[in-house]
Amino acid sequence: MAEGHAQSFWSRYVFSTDHKIIGLQYLFTGMFMGLVGAFLAYVFRMQLAFPGESVPLYGVVTPLQYNALVTNHGAIMIFWVAMPILIAGLGNYFIPLMIGCDDMVFPRLNRLSYQIFFLSTVLILASLFVPGGGFGGAWTAYPPLSASAQYNHTPWGAPLWLIAVALEFVAFLLGGINFVTTVMNARAPGMGPMQIPIFVWMVVIASIVFMASVGPLVAGAIMLLFDQLFGTHFYDPKGGGDPILWQHLFWFFGHPEVYVVLLPALGIVAEVITVFSRKKLFAYKTILYTAFATGIISFFVWAHHQFVAGIDPRMAHLFTITTLIISIPIAEMTFAFIATLYGGSIEFRTPMLWALAFIAEFLIGGVTGIFLGANATDIYLHDSYFVVAHFHYTFFPIAVIAGFAALTYWFPKMFGRHMNETLGKIHFWGTIVPFNFVFLPLFVLGAAGEHRRIYSYEHFSQLFTPGLQNLRVLATVALVVMLLFQFVFLYNFIRSLFAGEKAEENPWKANTLEWAAPSPPPHGNFAEMPIVYRGPYEYSVPGRPLDYWPQHVPQ
Amino acid sequence: MTHASEFQVPLATRRSATGIPTGRLALWWVLASEIVIFGGLLASYIMFRLHHPHWADEASHTNIWAGGFNTFVLLTSSLFAVLGHQAAEQGDGPKAARFLRLTVLGGLVFLGVKALEWSGEIAHGFTIYRDLFWTFYYAATGLHGLHVLVGMVILALVAQDAARGKNLHRVELIGIYWHFVDAVWIFLFPLFYIAR
Repeated sequence: MAEGHAQSFWSRYVFSTDHKIIGLQYLFTGMFMGLVGAFLAYVFRMQLAFPGESVPLYGVVTPLQYNALVTNHGAIMIFWVAMPILIAGLGNYFIPLMIGCDDMVFPRLNRLSYQIFFLSTVLILASLFVPGGGFGGAWTAYPPLSASAQYNHTPWGAPLWLIAVALEFVAFLLGGINFVTTVMNARAPGMGPMQIPIFVWMVVIASIVFMASVGPLVAGAIMLLFDQLFGTHFYDPKGGGDPILWQHLFWFFGHPEVYVVLLPALGIVAEVITVFSRKKLFAYKTILYTAFATGIISFFVWAHHQFVAGIDPRMAHLFTITTLIISIPIAEMTFAFIATLYGGSIEFRTPMLWALAFIAEFLIGGVTGIFLGANATDIYLHDSYFVVAHFHYTFFPIAVIAGFAALTYWFPKMFGRHMNETLGKIHFWGTIVPFNFVFLPLFVLGAAGEHRRIYSYEHFSQLFTPGLQNLRVLATVALVVMLLFQFVFLYNFIRSLFAGEKAEENPWKANTLEWAAPSPPPHGNFAEMPIVYRGPYEYSVPGRPLDYWPQHVPQ
Repeated sequence: MTHASEFQVPLATRRSATGIPTGRLALWWVLASEIVIFGGLLASYIMFRLHHPHWADEASHTNIWAGGFNTFVLLTSSLFAVLGHQAAEQGDGPKAARFLRLTVLGGLVFLGVKALEWSGEIAHGFTIYRDLFWTFYYAATGLHGLHVLVGMVILALVAQDAARGKNLHRVELIGIYWHFVDAVWIFLFPLFYIAR
C-alpha cells in the first residue's frame, strides 16, 4: 500500500466520495448480484422441470436447498439488484448531473452508505455457505418458520439473512436522506420544482416512500432477531405473541417497496421515450402528481397480501378497494407515456425498445394484479404460481427491462463510448421473447392450482400431469434461453467499455443537464456550472431550427 | 483509508435552494425515519396491550419513581442543549461546550438510573422472557437507551469542536436530535410506567 500508484487506485475507485464512482460501485455490485440471482433461479427452475435430477453446474437439489434458493433469489433480486441498480446506482450517478451540481450534499455519508451496502452483500452471500445452509423461509420471512431454528433448520442462515437485509435498509436510508436533501438544496440556479427531470423526482419520491415505510419493519426485524437469537416470543402465540404482526409490519413496508422500485423505473421510461420520440413529455404535472398519489396510496394497500391470513373480512374489503384504486394513478402514467409517443418522431434505438417493452409488459403485470387485489379471486389464486407470474410481470419490467433501458441510454454518458446497436437489439429480442415464455405458462399453472414453494410436484398427482409438467419444462427452457442471451449483453457491455465507438457530449440530442457534461463526466462534472432556463422536455418546439432545447442553453 | 486532506468540499454542500441549511434539512429526514421506527415498535406494543389486559399487572412492577426521575433528568438535559444552542448562536463556543457537556451528564445519569432499574427488575425475575410485556419493555427502552448513548457520544464530539470555536452550527443539530430522544421517552414513560 506504500506504493503511490496503488494508493491512488484505492482512493480513486474504492474509497472515493465522488457520486459517480459510488454510483458505479452500486451499479456493478447490483449487476453482479443479478448474475447470482439469475443462477439461483436457473437451479430451482431446473429442479421443477426435471425433479430430482442433477442440475448442471450445481448438482442435486435437496428440499432445504430448494427453499434457500427460492428465498435468496427473491431477496437478492429485490434488495441487491433492483434497489442498488435503479435507485442507488443510477440515482447516485445521475441526480447530481441532472440537477446541475458537482456531487451529493453529503459525499462521505454517501460513501458510508455504499460500504454498509457492500457489507450486507458479503453477509447475504456468506449466509448461503454457513452450516445448515442459507435461509429458506421465503423472502417474506414469515414467523414462526423464520423465528425458530427448530422449524427452519438454518440456525446461522436465518439470522445472517436478517442482519444482511437490515443493513441493506440502513444503507438505503442513508442514501435516501442524501438524495432527498441533495435535490431539495443543491439544484442548479433556475431549476424550480417543475424543471426537475421526472427521473430525479421519481427517485426522490421513492426515497421518501422507502424512508416512511421501512421503519416499522426495522423495528419488526429487531423483534424477529430477538426471537431468533434470544428465544423471545414476539411472534410466537405460545408466549403471547402473534405471527400476524410480522405480516403487517412486513407488508406495510413490502407493498410500498414495490412502488419504491417502480417509480424510478417509470422515471427512466419517461426520460427515454421523450428523447426517442422527440416530443415533449405529455402531462408532466399529471405524472408528478400521480406519482405522489401512488406513493401515498401505497401505504394503504398492504393487507391485500393477507386476505387468507385470517384478517377481519371487513378489513379485506377495504384493502380490496384501496388496491384497486392504486391502479388508477399507475394507469394514468401509462396513458401519459402513450400520449407522449402519439404523433412523435419515434426512433427505435435499443433504449427505446426497452422503454416500449416496459409499458407493454408492465401492463400485463398491472392487469393481472387486479385479480389478486380483489379478495374474492385472491382467495383462490393466493400463493399459487399466478402470483409468481404476476409479480414477475411487474418486477421483471422494473428491474430488468427498465434497468437495461437505463444502461443502454446512459452508457455513452457513463463511459464515453457507444454500445453496439445490433448486439443490443439481438439481446433485446433474446430477452423479451423468452421472458414471456417463462411467465405466461406460470399464469396457466397457477390458475390450474399449482401452489408456490413446492420442492417437487411428483407427490401431487393432480399437479404432475404431462400437460402441466410440459408447461414447467417450457418455462425452464425459456429461462435458460433468456439467460444465455445475457451473455450477448455482457459481451457487448465489456467490449463497448474499451472498444466502443467514442460518444460525444450529447449523442441522443437530449435536453437534460447530464448531457451538458463531458462523456464521461470528470471529477466536478461540469466545466462550467450550468444555469437552468427551462423545463427538461422542450423537444420539437415550433419556430426553432433544432428539435431539442437543452435546459442550460439561454436561447 | 480516509484521506481527509484529499477531500475537497464540493459546491453541492454550499448550495441551499430551499433556504434551509442542508444539515438541518437532513436531520429532519433522519428524525422522520426514526419516528417510523419507534412508531412501528410502539404501535405493535399498543395493539398487543389492547388485547392483553393482564399487562397492566406486569406494568405495575416497573418503577414509576425511577421513570419519573429520569423524565425530569432528560427534560433538564434538553434545557441545557437549548442553552448551548443559544450560546452557539452568540458565537460563544466554550460556553456552548459547557452546556453540551452538562447535557452529556444528564444522559449519563439517565442511563445510570436505567441500569439500576434493569438490574433490579432482572434480579426480581422480571426478565425479557417472563412475559411479552417485558420483551417489549426491554426492546423499547433498550432501543431508546441506544439512542441516548449515541447522542451522548455525538454531543461530546460536538462539544469538543465547539470548545475550540469550530462547527458551531452543529450545536443546534445535535440539540434537535437530543430533543427527539427526549420526546421518544415522553411516549415510553406513560406507555410502560404510568398506564396500568
